[in-house]
Amino acid sequence: MHAHAEAADTAPNWPDDIFATLQRFDVRQVPYVPDAGHSKLIQRVLASSTMRGIPLTTEEEGVALLAGAWAGGQRGVLLMQSSGVGNCINMLSLIPILRFPFLTLVTMRGEWGEFNPWQVPMGSTTQGVFELSGVQVLRASNAEEVPAVLQAAASQAYNALTPTAVLLSQRLIGAKVFTK
Amino acid sequence: MSKANLLDRRQVVSTLLANRKDVVAIGGLGASTNDMCAAGDHARNFYLWGGMGGAAMIGLGLALAQPKLPVLVITGDGEMLMGMGSLATIGLQKPSNLSIAVLDNEAYGETGGQTSHTSAAADLVGVAKACGIKDSRSVTTMAEVEAFAKAVHDVSAGPRFANVKIDSASLERILPTRDGTYILNRIRGDLGFQPI
Repeated sequence: MHAHAEAADTAPNWPDDIFATLQRFDVRQVPYVPDAGHSKLIQRVLASSTMRGIPLTTEEEGVALLAGAWAGGQRGVLLMQSSGVGNCINMLSLIPILRFPFLTLVTMRGEWGEFNPWQVPMGSTTQGVFELSGVQVLRASNAEEVPAVLQAAASQAYNALTPTAVLLSQRLIGAKVFTK
Repeated sequence: MSKANLLDRRQVVSTLLANRKDVVAIGGLGASTNDMCAAGDHARNFYLWGGMGGAAMIGLGLALAQPKLPVLVITGDGEMLMGMGSLATIGLQKPSNLSIAVLDNEAYGETGGQTSHTSAAADLVGVAKACGIKDSRSVTTMAEVEAFAKAVHDVSAGPRFANVKIDSASLERILPTRDGTYILNRIRGDLGFQPI
């Protein structure tokens, strides 16, 4: 559990802001690999009548899915954790080749008070991997800036076909708490 | 490798696409995408020259976006093995308009004919079934190919999966266009979507 998500009355509102933005941009397919930081957003998506949440076995499936969705006229967004970004690398090559709108929202691990050293190598290279792969990176570090960052990211991804990743920092989500 | 009665891949693919009507077809990286071109170029052919392992997922995205259209993925055993998890993802979503045909020559034909896992151990029909794709068939005759080609048009009874045992002959390459944006936008245009 992330500390911020432990009780309903302390659950953060920024996932609602993300959901509202995705709705406004008529996002229909939401492939995801579950992550605690995305759990509230995933709940909203699965309860939605206009969006389809699609659980994946591995993140690169989502990149290919979004290409197919766009061929069929629908927009999508890929939800994953930083450790999944590395799994996507070769499939990201579809984006410049096919030129479909690509937006991904990535919850960060391996930074800001991380407890688990195994998260650090991929968390430290997440931004670099995206940039080397031609995906622009925006970051949200606190709840207040989430709506503006999401608006900018969705605008440039869907209107200008600029492949975009939003990194939702561990500072925003809250470092994962391990208890015995 | 040189077993008797294996099917000819070109004949299989032309039969799958013979009466295609509104079918959107996705050709997996490798000889499958060439086979689709050999059967006749078409505005609704989604040729892949990369993204190995992604063909079935592109099919899923398209099938979910266009639930009334038959969507047919035609790919090879190596490409399917790389995206085997996508069979679990498809088994969960159960898109009734999605069909997957694997052309199984038990080898990586594009890279020198190295044997693939299906030559000795992996059973893709068993995998597809175990992932929840109930209509999963092992196809060894042209009559079964014809039956599958017909079933593709029933958009209410999928998803369905066929593993077609083909011979490993290396055929003349019939190369489709390599321009990804052209391929994608041609499909979108044919489905009635405007450029952004």
